[in-house]
Amino acid sequence: MDRAAVTNRDFLDARAALLDVAAFLDRVDRAGGEDDFRVTALRAATTLLNDGDTERARRILEHLSDPTAGPIERAPSKGAAGAYDPESA
Amino acid sequence: MSYIDPHIHMVSRTTDDYAAMAQAGCIAVTEPAFWAGFDRSSAQGFADYFDQLTRVEPKRAAGFGIQHFSWLCINPKEAEDPGFAREVIDLIPPLLDRPNVLGIGEIGLNKNSKNELLILEQQLALAADHDQLVLVHTPHLEDKLKGTRLIMDAIKRNGRLSPDRVLIDHVEEHTVGEVLSQGFWAGMTLYPQTKCTPARAADIVECYGQERLWVNSAGDWSRSDPLAVPKFQLELRRRGHGESVVQRLTFGNPQAFLSQNPKFLSTDGRDSQD
Repeated sequence: MDRAAVTNRDFLDARAALLDVAAFLDRVDRAGGEDDFRVTALRAATTLLNDGDTERARRILEHLSDPTAGPIERAPSKGAAGAYDPESA
Repeated sequence: MSYIDPHIHMVSRTTDDYAAMAQAGCIAVTEPAFWAGFDRSSAQGFADYFDQLTRVEPKRAAGFGIQHFSWLCINPKEAEDPGFAREVIDLIPPLLDRPNVLGIGEIGLNKNSKNELLILEQQLALAADHDQLVLVHTPHLEDKLKGTRLIMDAIKRNGRLSPDRVLIDHVEEHTVGEVLSQGFWAGMTLYPQTKCTPARAADIVECYGQERLWVNSAGDWSRSDPLAVPKFQLELRRRGHGESVVQRLTFGNPQAFLSQNPKFLSTDGRDSQD
């Protein structure tokens, strides 16, 4: 597909997804209090959308990933949060 | 068009799902052993589960013309207790000769802990000892990138498993390049929230090519879609990809990897299964 075809096919889906992110951040702000590590990471990730570089999906996933290298001593739980908590190190 | 869903947990799905998958063109599934949403209280719980995977599900699938294959292991979410995990691992060797068992899986890491890594290494050794194919689970979300690298390092340390006999599953944009460049097969899992969408999986194909890649639904007891693979086929067609591309990614590639075990179906996809 050329640029026009991609835009014609996917623009409205992308617009809706972007508005979902915006509405989520508005909702969080209305709720008061402080951001936890997940929302902090999400706000920072949004800056990657328009920084002039490509491979945004890969870079956002890397931004949300555990940057450490070795295995941890013991699994603290079974679940994952979706963003790395710097205080878990 | 016929397709294979090479990773789906049918023990968690309804019989209506089998019917819908068959109507959509599914002719074979492979089902790795996984975490049931709760920890089993004994190794006997796994023995029962392995019977379900190797004796019950093949019959249920056959009712809809779908061939069912399975993989055996203890999953990483229940690997934090090494003694318990070893009891389960000891159950596996006599079951490897069952007609629908293709290999060891889905082994891997969950939270990237030392005990998970120890049990992964022991199951890689089991696979090598018995010349089995390996299906690897990579961790979720923020743990995936680090865990994928730890897993690939463990396979290399083992030294007896050829990368082309190992499929590393649940790749996304930040892991697929490293997995493919090291000679492994890569699986893209189509999930509504936490892994790839059909559109992102199609993007990955367009960026990384069709070699050593497959897609699966990993349908299970959580939010997932047993018809995700045909939705991926539709996404490719909507982008103008030809039927040969669709066929390769959803039938030819999984068939090529899985046929390294001669128990898997042959080219027409209609061989009988005991």
